[in-house]
Amino acid sequence: MDTLVSIGPLAAVAVSLLAAGLIVLSGGRPNLREGWTILAALAKFGITLSLLPRVLAGQTPQITLFEISPGIALALRADSLGMLFALSASFLWVLTSLYSIGYMRGLGEHKQTRYFASFAVCMSATIGIAFAANLLTLFLFYEVLTIATYPLVVHKETPEAMAAGRKYLAYLLTGGVVLLLAVAWSVAIGGSRDFAPGGFLSGAAGHRVLLALFLLFFLGFGVKGAVMPFHSWLPSAMVAPTPVSALLHAVAVVKAGVFGIARVVGFVFGPELARDIGAVPIVSVLAAATILLSSLLALRQDNLKLRLAYSTVGHLSYIVLGVLLLSPSAWSGGLFHIVTHGAMKITLFFVAGAIYVKAHVEKVSELNGLGRQMPITLGVFALASLGLAGLPPVAGFLSKWYLAQGTVETGEMVFLSLLLLSGLLNAAYLFPIAIRAFLLPSERFRRFDEAPWLILAPVVLAGALALLLGLAPNALFHFFTLVSRTVAGVMGAGGV
Amino acid sequence: MNQLPLLLPISFLLFSIISVLAGLWRRELGYAAAVAGAAVGVPLALWGLFRVLSQGTVRYHLGGWLPPFGIEYVLDPLAAFMASIITVIGLLALVYARWSVHHEVPEKAPVLYPVALLLLAGLTGIVVTGDLFNLFVFLEISSLSAYALLASGRGQAPLAAFRYLILGTIAGSFYLLGVGFIYFSTGSLNMADVAERLPLLYESRALLAAAVLMVLGLGLKMALFPLHLWLPDAYTYAPSAVTGLIAPLMTKVAGYALIRLFLDVFGPGYLRDTVPVTVAIGWLAAGGIVVASVMAIAQRDFRRMLAYSSVAQVAYVALGLGLANPLGLIGALLHILNHAFMKGCLFLVAGGVRYRVGVWEVPRFGGLGRHMPWTMAAFAVAALGMIGIPPTAGFFSKWYLVQGGIAAGNWAFVAVILASSLLTAVYFFRVLERVYAAPLSPGVATSRGSDPPTGMLVPILILAGGVLVLGIINSIIVSQVLEKVVAPLSGS
Repeated sequence: MDTLVSIGPLAAVAVSLLAAGLIVLSGGRPNLREGWTILAALAKFGITLSLLPRVLAGQTPQITLFEISPGIALALRADSLGMLFALSASFLWVLTSLYSIGYMRGLGEHKQTRYFASFAVCMSATIGIAFAANLLTLFLFYEVLTIATYPLVVHKETPEAMAAGRKYLAYLLTGGVVLLLAVAWSVAIGGSRDFAPGGFLSGAAGHRVLLALFLLFFLGFGVKGAVMPFHSWLPSAMVAPTPVSALLHAVAVVKAGVFGIARVVGFVFGPELARDIGAVPIVSVLAAATILLSSLLALRQDNLKLRLAYSTVGHLSYIVLGVLLLSPSAWSGGLFHIVTHGAMKITLFFVAGAIYVKAHVEKVSELNGLGRQMPITLGVFALASLGLAGLPPVAGFLSKWYLAQGTVETGEMVFLSLLLLSGLLNAAYLFPIAIRAFLLPSERFRRFDEAPWLILAPVVLAGALALLLGLAPNALFHFFTLVSRTVAGVMGAGGV
Repeated sequence: MNQLPLLLPISFLLFSIISVLAGLWRRELGYAAAVAGAAVGVPLALWGLFRVLSQGTVRYHLGGWLPPFGIEYVLDPLAAFMASIITVIGLLALVYARWSVHHEVPEKAPVLYPVALLLLAGLTGIVVTGDLFNLFVFLEISSLSAYALLASGRGQAPLAAFRYLILGTIAGSFYLLGVGFIYFSTGSLNMADVAERLPLLYESRALLAAAVLMVLGLGLKMALFPLHLWLPDAYTYAPSAVTGLIAPLMTKVAGYALIRLFLDVFGPGYLRDTVPVTVAIGWLAAGGIVVASVMAIAQRDFRRMLAYSSVAQVAYVALGLGLANPLGLIGALLHILNHAFMKGCLFLVAGGVRYRVGVWEVPRFGGLGRHMPWTMAAFAVAALGMIGIPPTAGFFSKWYLVQGGIAAGNWAFVAVILASSLLTAVYFFRVLERVYAAPLSPGVATSRGSDPPTGMLVPILILAGGVLVLGIINSIIVSQVLEKVVAPLSGS
């Protein structure tokens, strides 16, 4: 792969950091302030998209800024895996920005300046994680993301929100120091190398040391990726405003965790070494248990956002499991699920927020008949539910198909049956919502009364994206090409 | 400019006298003279640093007497690095003092400024001297000024300062006894000369006694656990500007003296390999980090919390020394710089809160984020630095210390460093929660823009900016300055 010096990756990171400053400065003028958010979201997505043709042409836009520790540069690089994450996160930020404005104004929320500024910093950090060229750079953005998300978690400032914020910090900062240890240790034994497809740690130390290092990395990233038993901060964090739950706790923050796992498995250890040191059986059991348990827990939640949160926990582990199976198909399924789950889950959260703004309903049991009042919103919800359960033609089907193929390739029949069972459970906790809304009678909701367009438009667009990704995975932004490029690089073979 | 090493302490002494005289004539002039003196120090120190880095160490022989007979002053990379920190923090704290002191202890103002310059003279003297006894003299100059400054607070301050005086004098005596042992074993007081003669005496009991006494004395001065008990009271009751001057510098300079003894007097061959002194220091530091962090969590008084946090943070420096390898020592030295900025900023913020709102207790900080937006933004940056969140400076000292711990294979120290950043997060996020997300406390107004006067706010913001900038440029500092300092370790 050719590297190509480009300011693009830096610009994509910096644009929303700049916007955060402008947002704070124009705190007294809401329209101008939200203007910066929209502008930054569009610019960030535009810049990221402008890098895509280069990446598809086989080049790697890269920029090395300066040394942040002797011998380790702050370096950003847009390879195919990074592009995959950055594109999906920055595109969904555009939708979320519109939605945030509608949502925050619809509810008359307080301290919106802090909210929008923190959001912008979070997005800088997310793109920084996607484009980080080495472990220390990734770690810097990873910690910034942890801190910048905190004000969003505690946004409501109620005792419940503050408690969730403390729990969030306790989990994520602990994960952070474990990750710091892992990064420092890997620099000590393997030097400060840039990420390389296929890994660079092979032969750097004995297998037992490498296994310990692998587990530390998994622990560090696993907290953000909500792998059980490190997941419980995520349901608590649902106390945050819905756009935060939608973009950060379904797409950006939690995916940063699983993205980190994919980076480490594919680009630091490499699939062969990961298999040789015997790490896979230990951690893939955790991922598998997470898939099953979270689905069961989701069944029991009456609060809509909590149900979705547990569903997120499970789907994140789909990705983790796909990465850990170490076969080309499983990797393809897992990585593609980063994009598809993002589109589907953000849709579901958008709907949950729209329902909250319009009808002030948070519980599943109170949704009866709401479909008559908000048919478009709940129609989109039904569509995304189908996808999450893995039914064609919505996007979730494709990623699950490849994941299932991966389990067959590796002969892991237990995991195959787990995936199928989990699909059923997904249906069991998601379908009743749409069924209640459309089929059960209601006294309350009779008149057609949809959410305002700033909320409805993102809902429909996100739902359309989820459908489109299923019908034509390459139509938008060549996501699937990026997936197979990454897989080909990591696995050394032709991919799928 | 051979006199360069001596210029710093001399100019501070000179301006101290000018400040007294000017202050007798007109109060305002005393302050102006003190700030002028501190302002002269900064370019001198920075010029010294650049000159040392480009042209090598500068040596000056007092009165033309050659060492080992006369007193030698040495400006090497380590000394110039320390002098730069001392002068910058000194200037910022003195600028700030005008408003803070006039608010808290106006009657003491004419005395405080000259004594503060005396303190700076002592501290810079410690770092530039190449003579063990002369170091003692400067150590006492700085300590005596510190007692006077700390005692100038209201209420329990004189009592706390008296305790510090007793313990500090014992510490000074320990150090002096150690110097005596060295003098009668080697017949010399010049550091370089002593260092040459010591390897022949590695088996000597007298040398062992000297090492133990000097380390104990300096350990007490740097508030190394369990010798830290004087510190929390002394820092809590002193005027804000005084704490803002002393907390970032005093204990760190004692830490510098320990590092100097380790690198350039006894040498790693003795303190690390022959007698396991550094290991002992490391374990005490590890204990201190944990205990002092837990104590900090238990405090309601903001200044007392910061004081315990200082004990924990200066133990980072001792821990790096305890690792006794290049990366550990780089972490320790970088932390001297980083912590000076972070803790300086935090104590000045505490003074700003007192100036505007008049409270100390963390539970009464509700709503300060809106009331004093710039001050509290600076506080947030410094707090994140203390926790060690990148890209603030505090992260990078942690980064080198962890690397040093891994290189030494000392997993217990690594665990302590990592755990300590979580404990630090507990006590700082407790304050941040109050400041930004709690309902208004009585006495805190809803209005924006009640930051302290510009003269107080600017030093606060410069220090907070420094916490960010020093983090981003840390690699330059490490590769240009600190790697030169620890070079003797890499060879051995």
